[in-house]
Amino acid sequence: MKELVEIIAKSLVDHPEEVVVKETEGDRTVNLVLSVAEDDMGKVIGKQGRIAKAIRTVLKAAATKENKRVNVEIL
Amino acid sequence: METSIRETAKNVDIAIEKALTKLAVPKEKVEIKIIDEGNKGIFGLIGNRDAIVEVFIKKTKADIAIEFLHEVTNSMGLSLKIEIIEEDSDDEQVALNLIGENLGILIGHRGSTLDSLQYLTSLVANKDVTDGYVRIVLDAEGYRDRRRKTLFQLAKRLAEKARTTGRKVVLEPMPPHERRIIHLALQEEKDIKTYSEGNEPYRKVIIVAN
Repeated sequence: MKELVEIIAKSLVDHPEEVVVKETEGDRTVNLVLSVAEDDMGKVIGKQGRIAKAIRTVLKAAATKENKRVNVEIL
Repeated sequence: METSIRETAKNVDIAIEKALTKLAVPKEKVEIKIIDEGNKGIFGLIGNRDAIVEVFIKKTKADIAIEFLHEVTNSMGLSLKIEIIEEDSDDEQVALNLIGENLGILIGHRGSTLDSLQYLTSLVANKDVTDGYVRIVLDAEGYRDRRRKTLFQLAKRLAEKARTTGRKVVLEPMPPHERRIIHLALQEEKDIKTYSEGNEPYRKVIIVAN
């Protein structure tokens, strides 16, 4: 799950080397915290959060496959 | 995916020419890096050095899109084939079809996952703005086509409802390409008008009979 967020974020931003994803796993929930370079924030959030929403939708699909819930937070 | 070769020749131009012949691609499709300009030397005798160039075949936006989709779906534990079903000659639209098992999770409710993946792929493929913009369309297991048929029938049915009730029929929110299918399905019906209302992503089609 962590790898998936990394792949997507790194493909979107200008500074892939600054993409960091932290994962904490609860019982059935996976919490992912994504951070990127400051000037790349717009590239992972998008107008009205459109990109962030798309990332969450894809992650949700991946989580469903593993019978889990997922939270993606962007810092 | 990225192919490159190095060529050495008397001067830069000849080296590039040699590389292009070997790669068998036109000059517009490559990127050229000059490693060494070369040096004619004095009287062509002392200190002459050959020019060295490195020529890369540029990745097309379709290549970038396919690569990204493979990475994403592999990471989701899916292994699938991706085929190009349509590539405009003027490179304005690339339609890709995902083939494999358990694609249901990639489609999602009303295609929401497929739409998200399509949007992200389009952003990734079009990151290099200097190369123009290509519309990326994703399909999985013929989902788009099935959906098109469903929406077409829905449009016809709801137009009939608008006629018999004399009231406007409000559809549920849909993404732009789905609304377009509804509008197109009813454009020939002279007594029916369609328009959209609201803001994305809650914009919806309204059907009224005159």
